[in-house]
Amino acid sequence: MIRIENMCKIYNMGDNSVYALNDVSLHVAEHEFVSIIGPSGSGKSTLMNMLGCLDVPTSGEYYLDGKEVSRLRDNQLAEIRNYKIGFIFQGFNLLKKLTAVENVELPLIYQGIGHRERVRRSTEALEMVGLGDRIHHTPNELSGGQQQRVAIARALVSDPPLILADEPTGNLDTKSGADVMKTLHFLHEKGNTIVLITHDNSVAAQAQRIIKIQDGQIIEDKEAV
Amino acid sequence: MGFIQAFKMAIKSIVSNKGRSFLTMLGVIIGVGAVITAVAFAQGSTSSITDSIKGLGSNLINISITGRGSNRQITYEQLQKYADENSDTISLLAPTVSNSMTLKAGTLSRTVTVIGTSEEYEYIKSKHVSSGRYITSFDNDNKLKTAVIGTAVANDLFAGVNPVGQTMKINGQEFKVIGLLQETDGSQDSGDDDQVIIPVTVAQRISRNGTIRNFTIQAADAEQVDAVMENIKTYLTSVYGDEDLFNVMNQAEILDTLSSITDTLTVVLAGISAISLVVGGIGIMNIMLVSVTERTREIGIRKAIGAKRRSILVQFLIEAVMMTGLGGLLGILIGVSIIHFIIGGLNITTEVYSPFWMMLSFSISLGEGVLFGIFPAYKAASLNPIEALRFE
Repeated sequence: MIRIENMCKIYNMGDNSVYALNDVSLHVAEHEFVSIIGPSGSGKSTLMNMLGCLDVPTSGEYYLDGKEVSRLRDNQLAEIRNYKIGFIFQGFNLLKKLTAVENVELPLIYQGIGHRERVRRSTEALEMVGLGDRIHHTPNELSGGQQQRVAIARALVSDPPLILADEPTGNLDTKSGADVMKTLHFLHEKGNTIVLITHDNSVAAQAQRIIKIQDGQIIEDKEAV
Repeated sequence: MGFIQAFKMAIKSIVSNKGRSFLTMLGVIIGVGAVITAVAFAQGSTSSITDSIKGLGSNLINISITGRGSNRQITYEQLQKYADENSDTISLLAPTVSNSMTLKAGTLSRTVTVIGTSEEYEYIKSKHVSSGRYITSFDNDNKLKTAVIGTAVANDLFAGVNPVGQTMKINGQEFKVIGLLQETDGSQDSGDDDQVIIPVTVAQRISRNGTIRNFTIQAADAEQVDAVMENIKTYLTSVYGDEDLFNVMNQAEILDTLSSITDTLTVVLAGISAISLVVGGIGIMNIMLVSVTERTREIGIRKAIGAKRRSILVQFLIEAVMMTGLGGLLGILIGVSIIHFIIGGLNITTEVYSPFWMMLSFSISLGEGVLFGIFPAYKAASLNPIEALRFE
């Protein structure tokens, strides 16, 4: 599913360049549930941006679902994000003026899918995360945990091969966080590939495999117990 | 992403920010309204004037003597002699001394156009009396202070009484009303009902103007108008020795001159009000730029989940165009209301609705949406998704 070979990302800060990622190689198989853990400044956000095709590496290769994507241009990256990746963010990143179902259907709008089909699939996705009775609520009318589940529904509505979760429980209380994690496990059991980025050991431990990153390099890669 | 979807998004965004959207549109609304009102005003005035000129009749020729300081002067008698000699082509000649004067009857007074002329004027204008009699050569020869009045004057000064036989004062001198003109039919108020006709000899005396400077000639045949005009010009040139000292015009020429003036007027008025349209467009750009900044996070989210540059560009552009388009429509609505209720309602000029200018100002407002929306839209489309997502 994911194959990263010798990836480097260098930021130029004035005179000196910073290696945010330094020769990272990583393989994630289909149906895996992987967590990437590291302290802030370790390069995990940069890795997340690379995995999510939000940015391109300075050097190295990235094969996503069999396709080399590290040299693509803006619009092609947008298309990859649209079809292949479902994002779950720490801050939910829902559009406040849209209802739950309108938020969920956004990726489908950019795929050019018709209104009726979009509503059907969005409603299905919301039902799957247990919000079938809240589809016409706006984010302000939902709790944090519910908002994050709307975001999860949005991530899975276009049935992408990869779901990328960036600190999905970071803004949530323990109970809501547990609900969100339960939903992610459910998606994993359904067959989705999930990459979870976090700095919380207990969250990371719920994955099958834990990758530790520090100073732009992978320092540990082990199966979870 | 289809256009219909983009339209829906734009509508949603405009509706969810009603106050701001309205303020944004205000510039365009005022601009379009101003253009339409200004044009209607110019064209309305034109049509009022044009109507009264058309009332002159197509076989009439106007002579006006402009020559000042020339020691040669043509007199009414000379021109009359010329007309008599050419009676095969000239059927009627009437002098006109036209002045604005104050009428007084009892305690009522009013200022109207007083035309001093001869009995031929009745047939030249085809405007006869409905009661009493018209002025005659007898009135003129004896300088009798007699007056024929229009219905509007009669209604104002002699309401409820038969005006014929009454007396009134014109510029302080007592006149006897000898006739009442027929009312002009149709709804057009050409001003013909709001005038007083007196003997030309008397008018010359009251206005203290020794010479008669205006004459109206009726050609025997409308076909011959041009030939008659040429002959008169030749004759007058022979009298004055200079063709700049008089003007010989017929209705068509007057209309031509007038329309070139009023066309200019229309364009100038429209141009001035179009400035507010441009200012309105700049307002749109301003608000759109603010809106792009405010919605940076939204743009980031949309881009992260797969919106391409084009989708974002189209979204913001359509929003701008819809706002200016809507503003244009509201502007037309307001312009039309002003024309109907103020220009028409207060009878300032004729109500004229110009579809051409409405379409033009609407198209301009749409164009402005594109012109002033493209930069903010481009800015939105070029945002980096990572930075946009980090934006608070």
